[in-house]
Amino acid sequence: MAGPPVLALRSVSKRFGAVQALTEVELDVAAGEVVALVGDNGAGKSTLVKAIAGVNQPDEGVIEWEGRPVVIHRPQDAQHLGVATVYQDLALCDNLDVVGNLFLGRELRRFGVLNEVGMERRSRELLDTLSIRIPSVRIPIASLSGGQRQVVAIARALIGEPKIVILDEPTAALGVEQTAQVLDLVERLRDRGLGVILVSHNMADVMAVSDRVAVLRLGRNNGVFDVRYTNQQEIISAITGATDNAVTRRQSRGQEGVS
Amino acid sequence: MNGDDHREPGHVPLPEDSMSRDGVNAPVPVAHDAIPAVDPRLIVRQEGISGYLGEFKRRLSSGELGSLPVVLALIVIWAVFGSLDSSFLSAQNLSNLSQQIVGTGMIAIGVVFVLLLGEIDLSVGSVSGLCAAIFAVLDVTHGVNQWVALVAALVGGALVGLIQGLFFAKVGVPAFVVTLAGNLGWNGLMLQILGSSGTINLSGNDIVSRLYSTIYSKTIAAYGTAAIGVALFLVASLLDARRRRAAGVPSRPPADIALRTVALAVVAFAAAYTLNQYKGLPLALLIFLIFIVVLDFVLRRTTYGRQVFALGGNIEGARRAGINVSWTRISVFMICSTMAAVGGLFLAAQIQSASQTSGGGNLLMNCIAAAVIGGTSLFGGRGSTWSALLGALVIGSIQSGMNIMGLSNAIQFMITGAVLLAAVVIDSLSRKTQKAAGRA
Repeated sequence: MAGPPVLALRSVSKRFGAVQALTEVELDVAAGEVVALVGDNGAGKSTLVKAIAGVNQPDEGVIEWEGRPVVIHRPQDAQHLGVATVYQDLALCDNLDVVGNLFLGRELRRFGVLNEVGMERRSRELLDTLSIRIPSVRIPIASLSGGQRQVVAIARALIGEPKIVILDEPTAALGVEQTAQVLDLVERLRDRGLGVILVSHNMADVMAVSDRVAVLRLGRNNGVFDVRYTNQQEIISAITGATDNAVTRRQSRGQEGVS
Repeated sequence: MNGDDHREPGHVPLPEDSMSRDGVNAPVPVAHDAIPAVDPRLIVRQEGISGYLGEFKRRLSSGELGSLPVVLALIVIWAVFGSLDSSFLSAQNLSNLSQQIVGTGMIAIGVVFVLLLGEIDLSVGSVSGLCAAIFAVLDVTHGVNQWVALVAALVGGALVGLIQGLFFAKVGVPAFVVTLAGNLGWNGLMLQILGSSGTINLSGNDIVSRLYSTIYSKTIAAYGTAAIGVALFLVASLLDARRRRAAGVPSRPPADIALRTVALAVVAFAAAYTLNQYKGLPLALLIFLIFIVVLDFVLRRTTYGRQVFALGGNIEGARRAGINVSWTRISVFMICSTMAAVGGLFLAAQIQSASQTSGGGNLLMNCIAAAVIGGTSLFGGRGSTWSALLGALVIGSIQSGMNIMGLSNAIQFMITGAVLLAAVVIDSLSRKTQKAAGRA
């Protein structure tokens, strides 16, 4: 399976006023691995994602990148490290075409001028290799369907050649066929050796594409499950807290083994 | 981070790679099932003129009107005034018109930039008067070198933009309010600078007056400019098409390029012919066109221009793409105010003075109206510097025609107001249609 973690969170905590949003959360993501991040509303998923993406900084704890501790102050810092985030609202510019959106913020230039031809060619190549079907790369984003926008947003994350891609609820607003397309795309990202953090509410999606499932509950780790050895019920129990804390349960199991 | 050297991420063989080497029985990777990435539901434009017309019709019906309404309006206006009074379409009147629109048009170019952000600048009138006053006071009253005075006026404009931009982008005051305050404040500063005399007459020999009043009377000047313009357009189109073909991306068919070049040549040479019938090519018009072309290039072909459009489309998206939102906003307000300064200098040259009424009256509304009438959207993200030319032509034509007819200001204001309203209605309706057709 996956090698050493590209990204690792060590005992990360975050407070917002009187709310302890994250408490000593641990998370490892290796190259070529899809880690699903699940939890109930308010479990701290978004806060964790924002900490990795540099939107806000953790109060305590360390973020390690390829084994080295790093500090991510701004979204740009995360991008420079190689973290690409696809937010739920996609943040595409409706008035720009697909090429313009894919390369927004990192336009190719030629003699100081936009290299439209080069960007269009690379856009087509990228979309082709990802088997993304859109009518034309010169069509404004406004005329694409929800699923097409989602895959364009994900493709955009890949332009910067990241090592970790964070997908925030990528299938939340999509129909059956479009969801299938996005999940296919997630698998292709893994095949390309990217680490993927998949934030999702949809257990079927999570079980279908992820390698491991990290459960957050009330801002704390509540178990990390290998999808090969778990089932939907176990994860849902961890999410809702229907069982006693899965981490403690595993720990106690381990201790029994030792003794 | 230079893009061309990027390795292609995780190279997946394209269809031609796998087929050529291993023959028919080559195992086809799974990903290939979906290639080619063309959606069967897509309406593909056919090659040739008929396809071009079909595309044109489709765009019209989906609300992408572009500059079509304003061109039609211009034709109607010219036809009406031309039929009412034949002197309207005389070479003399049209030549004068081409000079008179420059002041308003220059300011409108700046307004286009601000409108692209989806913001508004209500101070452009006052700023144009202020900068004209700065030039006049330095040049005439204090006898400063006229180039220094010219630069000072432009820098003054840029500073105004910097201040207003800072309040808008950094403090977060709505642009509407900042520039409304500016409209009053800069007007006051202008009155202060002009002092008790109130009016400063330009010498007529100064650089600004000469930039405005110089007319190249040699026939070759106008025709040469038209020829150079058309040739540059043709060469640029052909080079672009060749690069696109070489890179294997869709390019404009030759017939399309020919059609556009011929259309441009007809307009350019008709204009040159008309100008030559009177005095020749006004330098002011040439400068105006150069500003339009250069700034159009900045907007469409540079990273900066792309950022301006992105901000007009989705501010949050632009911010997450790493665009420095504050700086881009501030710089756009600086461009707008600087263009207001440029326009103010031309307007001062036109009346040969900087006075207490400079930049007042309906100048502000005319400039914003020109940008909007020309087809730049009030909602941000759509527009072009060419709309400044088209809009200024519409407004200038109405004023000129009314003056010839001897109609009062009262009628002029009402008609210009109605045209502006019509332009905004068209903008709103086309946006609605585009939304319905999934294009906005």
